[in-house]
Amino acid sequence: MAALLSFILFAGLSIGCALLCLFHRSVVISAFSLLGTLLGVAGLFLMLGADFLAMTQVLIYAGGILVLILFGLMLTPGDPGEMQPLRIFGGLAIVGGGAVLFLMKMAGVAEWGSVEVENLPAPQPTVDEIGLELLRRDSYLLPFELASVILLAALVGAVFIARRRFEYVDEGGKA
Amino acid sequence: MPLEAYLAVAAVLFVIGLTMVASRRNLVYVLMGLELILNAANLNLVAFNRFHPESHVDGQMTALFVIILAAAEAAIALAIVLNAYSHFETIRPDDIDTMKD
Repeated sequence: MAALLSFILFAGLSIGCALLCLFHRSVVISAFSLLGTLLGVAGLFLMLGADFLAMTQVLIYAGGILVLILFGLMLTPGDPGEMQPLRIFGGLAIVGGGAVLFLMKMAGVAEWGSVEVENLPAPQPTVDEIGLELLRRDSYLLPFELASVILLAALVGAVFIARRRFEYVDEGGKA
Repeated sequence: MPLEAYLAVAAVLFVIGLTMVASRRNLVYVLMGLELILNAANLNLVAFNRFHPESHVDGQMTALFVIILAAAEAAIALAIVLNAYSHFETIRPDDIDTMKD
């Protein structure tokens, strides 16, 4: 019963906030309702026994990526007439219709509803296992090291792309 | 809860994210829709991992790397949005169509 209630809470939080984010006129309110979606997904991760991943989701998505998006909002102008309900409903009908067709196709192939999560063995803490997997040579050591290279490249690339060019041209013309 | 409940939530999040990418006319909304799509994929990965105990933490590791790539993608995409605004004076994806001509 508690599992059902918390599932309804987290799923409703994530889906409701995602719908608010999709339909709201104000960009700022959309960004903050995206926060609700991310926290709801983190709660679903917790219910699935992924404790480390849930905390990572809160730290990186809610703490990092959302702040980046808010900076993007501050540095670009608002666009009041941008939200068109007809366009959104049309897109929702097309994409949702495609998803429903795909699910109906899948429903004939797969066996549904056979396993309940309560019948599985209880989840164990995953932090030590994830740490060991990240540093074991024949499992995830190479992607782990490559991730640091990718993050460094993304950082340098973002600075390179977003820098101002015309100031250098002016100083060069003076000198 | 059965596995299908989590898959259904992920499918709804994916549909909302794809709709946001396709129908909002602001590049920042496109970014937010991309984050929703990646979150739906992560939810699927973690749910399948939970219902398949022989795989230990493989699904969670994949979701972890998806989060890392999402962070890098958000930084690069925001830089591109700012650059596009300073170059085109607009952030409507419909109006940035130089390569169409």
